Amino acid sequence: MECVFGLVGDGFAIVAADTSAVHSILVHKSNEDKIMVLDSHKLVAASGEPGDRVQFTEYIQKNVALYQFRNGIPLTTPAAANFTRGELATALRKNPYFVNILMAGYDKEIGPSLYFIDYIATLHKVDKGAFGYGSYFSLSIMDRHYHSGMSLEEAIGLVDKCIMEIRSRLVVAPPNFVIKIVDKDGAREYAWRESLKDVSATSA
Amino acid sequence: MARYDRAITVFSPDGHLFQVEYALEAVRKGNAAVGVRGTDTIVLGVEKKSTAKLQDSRSVRKIVSLDQHIALACAGLKADARVLINRARIECQSHRLTVEDPVTVEYITRYIAGLQQKYTQSGGVRPFGLSTLIIGFDPYTGAPSLYQTDPSGTFSAWKANATGRNSNSIREFLEKNYKDTSGQETVKLAIRALLEVVESGGKNIEIAVMTREHGLRQLEEAEIDAIVAEIEAEKAAAEAAKKAPLKET
Repeated sequence: MECVFGLVGDGFAIVAADTSAVHSILVHKSNEDKIMVLDSHKLVAASGEPGDRVQFTEYIQKNVALYQFRNGIPLTTPAAANFTRGELATALRKNPYFVNILMAGYDKEIGPSLYFIDYIATLHKVDKGAFGYGSYFSLSIMDRHYHSGMSLEEAIGLVDKCIMEIRSRLVVAPPNFVIKIVDKDGAREYAWRESLKDVSATSA
Repeated sequence: MARYDRAITVFSPDGHLFQVEYALEAVRKGNAAVGVRGTDTIVLGVEKKSTAKLQDSRSVRKIVSLDQHIALACAGLKADARVLINRARIECQSHRLTVEDPVTVEYITRYIAGLQQKYTQSGGVRPFGLSTLIIGFDPYTGAPSLYQTDPSGTFSAWKANATGRNSNSIREFLEKNYKDTSGQETVKLAIRALLEVVESGGKNIEIAVMTREHGLRQLEEAEIDAIVAEIEAEKAAAEAAKKAPLKET
């Protein structure tokens, strides 16, 4: 029931992911951040097997950092996406990672970009993408309302429409979402959409 | 594979490891490098032998980052340095991956020194021909550190040290003139130490300054020239002050 989706706007790329960590019928926590800041100008929104998700994305993050120290300049988004796909492909027929990734990045020469990388090492450069059961709803909403060069307000409006649709139509819909954005000023958290706040142990 | 079993670094009858000592000789022939630890600033300086006219000087970086909070300068065989630096960079990221924490300066120094020692006790290899100066701030306590390693694999922490050509003269100068400094004073002390053995001028010195907040920053040639000018002015003023009272007696 993990929902991850994203889109490219005018000079920025935005990704949203649900924040539930689920094990069978138990919700471990509902504020799990599944969007990793890969480096200053890249975001990796990942969904899938929880252990693989963390292991694989951290591995990619450290290798991207190593590249930067070795070469003095950061990897571009297409380069990082291709590297990630390569790692998934190499492991595929031995010890596959069950992780689906949406990689969003901003490069000075290229502008914003979004890459769809699924667990069997498919790589597509896309304007909008989504994973999970939620994708049935969010892709349809985005197909209807997306146009290239959306402003931030329009894009956030579209993201909220998708979240609304997922919440109302998906049977075990995740209550909370995190939205992160990457643009020329870097990758950062934009907002949370919480319909269920974690209650602290002691209440008045 | 049997051909690579024979050790190259073996003891002499009087207890020397000649290969290691010869490696130290290679270090002594390398460019001078100096490191000074201040209270909130650590400085690395390296002698830049006059660059060939057709060479792009920016491609010859002698002070390198190992991680966001660690930097290294070395004296000796630069090709050997590339190998060690690469291994150290991988270890920095590997440490972050396995324990989710950045390395301490001591940890990475121990790792590099360990690597250098391994190559004095393995079949078919020779020691690395370089000594390193490693600087950084402890990621938890924020304390500044300066460490030195050498081809034998020993390492220790220093307040200020030098290695490479004429390192003895630089170390003598530092022993005489070291005091706790911070900020620009630390930079000046490092440059003054290096100027003892290097022709003065921004063209012949490479300086990098590390602070807790800003990480490693390489100084531009113009900045170095400005500080060198300040130092020369101070020296001249000190000379003049010395001469003046003498005249009065």
